[in-house]
Amino acid sequence: MTWRLASVAVAIAGVVAAPALTKAAIQGQPTDLKLVISTDSQGTPPRFAVPDFVALTPDASEIAKTLGQVLWDDLNFEREFYMIPRDTYSSIPVARTPEQVPFDRWRELGADGVVFGTVQRTGSEVRVQVRLMSVRSRQSVFAKEYSGSANNPRLYAHTISDEIHDQQRGLKGVARTKLAWVSDRDGVRLGDTVENRQVKEIYYGDYDGANQRRVTVGRRLNLNPSWSPDARALAYTTFRPNPDVFVSLIYQGVLQNPTKGIGTNYLPVFSPDGKQIAFMSGRDGNPEIYAMNVDGSNLRRLTNTQAGDSSPTWSPSGSQIAFTSDRTGKAQIYVMNSSDGSGVRRLTVDESEADRPTWSPPPFNEIAYAASTGPGYDIKVLVVSTGEVKRLTFGEGSNEGPAWAPGGKHLAFTSTRAGGRTQVFTIGRDGRGLRQITREGNNQTPAWSN
Amino acid sequence: MKEMRNTTIVVAVTLALAVTAACGKKKVATGPQPPPAEEAPVVTPNPPAPTERVEDRTPVAQPLADESITNKSLDDLNRDSPLKPVFFPLDSAELDETGRAIAQANAGVLKKYSAWGITIEGHCDERGTAEYNLALGERRAVAVKTYLSSLGVSPDRIRTVSYGKEFPFDMGHSEDAWSKNRRGHFVITSK
Repeated sequence: MTWRLASVAVAIAGVVAAPALTKAAIQGQPTDLKLVISTDSQGTPPRFAVPDFVALTPDASEIAKTLGQVLWDDLNFEREFYMIPRDTYSSIPVARTPEQVPFDRWRELGADGVVFGTVQRTGSEVRVQVRLMSVRSRQSVFAKEYSGSANNPRLYAHTISDEIHDQQRGLKGVARTKLAWVSDRDGVRLGDTVENRQVKEIYYGDYDGANQRRVTVGRRLNLNPSWSPDARALAYTTFRPNPDVFVSLIYQGVLQNPTKGIGTNYLPVFSPDGKQIAFMSGRDGNPEIYAMNVDGSNLRRLTNTQAGDSSPTWSPSGSQIAFTSDRTGKAQIYVMNSSDGSGVRRLTVDESEADRPTWSPPPFNEIAYAASTGPGYDIKVLVVSTGEVKRLTFGEGSNEGPAWAPGGKHLAFTSTRAGGRTQVFTIGRDGRGLRQITREGNNQTPAWSN
Repeated sequence: MKEMRNTTIVVAVTLALAVTAACGKKKVATGPQPPPAEEAPVVTPNPPAPTERVEDRTPVAQPLADESITNKSLDDLNRDSPLKPVFFPLDSAELDETGRAIAQANAGVLKKYSAWGITIEGHCDERGTAEYNLALGERRAVAVKTYLSSLGVSPDRIRTVSYGKEFPFDMGHSEDAWSKNRRGHFVITSK
C-alpha cells in the first residue's frame, strides 16, 4: 500500500436520492490524482476518525450529533478502516472549514483520515457538507454536499459511508441496506383459532436495527420474508389461514399473490435477477420445490420425492438452486439445476442435520446453513468449490436462519443467546463483530436486502 | 396404550352416566355441560357422591348430548373438540398405532357429522429448524388426511396446513412438552 492523496478538493452538490451524480464528477479528474488514503504500515488498515459534525444552525445540533456517531458506526461495520474510538478525540477542536483543521493534533493521535461535516437546517430541510481529509497531505480527498428531508438524518450518514467506501476501497457498502424478519412483538392474539396463538408480522429496518417498522397489517401468521433484488419488494408466506405466497411492493403499498391460493405455499425466495420465485408447496400432496415467474406464470416443479424438500436458495447466477431434503433420513443440503431440477447432488456430508441453505452473493461462492450441533443449531458456511466448512457460532444459544449481506462480508442470523428469546443478530464472515439488531418480542428468519 | 386410553374413556363415560342418573332432576348446573371427558386425568377413581348442597339449587334442563354439539358455535366446538389431536414420533410423519386409533375415532365422529369441514394442522416440536419443520408439518397434516380418506372420510372435506414449530401447544422445553407439540391438530371450519 502506498500513500495516494488528493491535491484537489472536489465539492459536488447532490441529493441523497441521486448519489450517481457524484461519481461522474470524480471520474472527470485527472488520473494522477491520489484520492485514496492508506497507511505507511503494510497490512494495517488506515486509521480514521469521525468527530462530531458541526451544527451551523441551532436546530441542527441533534442531527449533527446523530450523523457523527452513525457515520462512525457505519465505517466501523465494514472494517475497511481502523476506526479510532470517538472518546479519544473529544478534546480536539472541531473544524468548520478545512483551514481550521488542527492537523498536528490528528497526526499526534495517529489518524490517517478525518471526516468533517457540517449540518445546516432550514425548516424541514437539511444541508450536509462532508469532507474526508488526509492528515498527512492536509488535503481534502472526498468532499460532497447532500440536501433533502430532515426526517431521517441517519440516511445521510449511511449514504456518506457507502460513498466513502466506494471511493476509497471500491467497495459496495451495506449502510443503506435493510433487514427484514418475522416478529411476534405486537403481542396480539391470532383471531381465527381458539388456541392462544400470537400473530407474527413481517418487519423491516435499517441494517443496523434503526427505523424498525411493520410491513404486514393483517394480524395473521406471516413467515419467511425474502427481498427482491431491487430491495423494493418482499415475498413471504401469509396464512389466511391457508398458507400462500404474497409479494408486497413496500414503497407502493401494492400486494400481489402469485400462487393464487392453489394448495399450500411456503418459503418464497427471489431469483438473483428478480424475475422468478422459488418456493415450497404441498399442492401435489407432498412438500416439493417449485419455481415460477413473479406473476405466477411459467410454474414448474423441480423436485419429486416421497421426502420433504424445502428451503430453496438460488445460486448467484440463478442457474442452480440449493435446498433442504430429508430424502436420506435427516435433513441435508442438496443442489440442483433451476431449469428442470436435474443434476441433484448432496452438499453436506458431515452434518447430522443441516437446513436453511443461503447462497452467498459474488465474489464468494459459499452456502451458509444451520447445522445441528447438540441441543441447538449453529451457523456454518460451506465453500461450494472445495467442500470446506467453516463455523461461525459455537453453541451460544441456538443459532438459525443465516442470510448473507450483499457483498458477502456479513451475515444476519437468529440466536437465543440473549436471554432465551429469539433475536436477529449480524456478524462478520469471520465470526467477529456481533451486533444485536432486535430486542422486542421474538424475531426470526432474517433476510438482507441489496 | 390404545387399550388403556379406550378403557379410561369407557370408565369416564360410565361414571358420567352414573352421576347423571343418580342426580336425576336434582342435578344442578349453571350453564351448558362440557362434553364427556376424553383425557384420562379428568376422571378421579372415586367421584364424590351427590351431597345435600346439590338439592338446595334450582334444577336446569340440559339438552341431550347430540343437540348440544349441533347447537354449539364453531369456536365452542373447537374449544372442547370431539376431534382429538394425532401425535407423532420425533422427526416422523408416519402415524403409529396410537395415532391411527385416534384418527379412527375422529373418522367416526366425522362420519356422524357429515356436514363438517375440517382443517388438519401439522405441528412440530421446537427441535429442528423453522424451515424444515414447515415441510415436516406439511407431511404430518397430509399423512392424517390420507389416513382419514382411507377410512372413508371424503378428502373434499379436509384442508391441510403446516404451522411448523410456530405454534407449540405446550410452551415447555421438555420431552413431555415436545411429545404434545408433534401433532396433527383438527380444527372444525364449517358445519
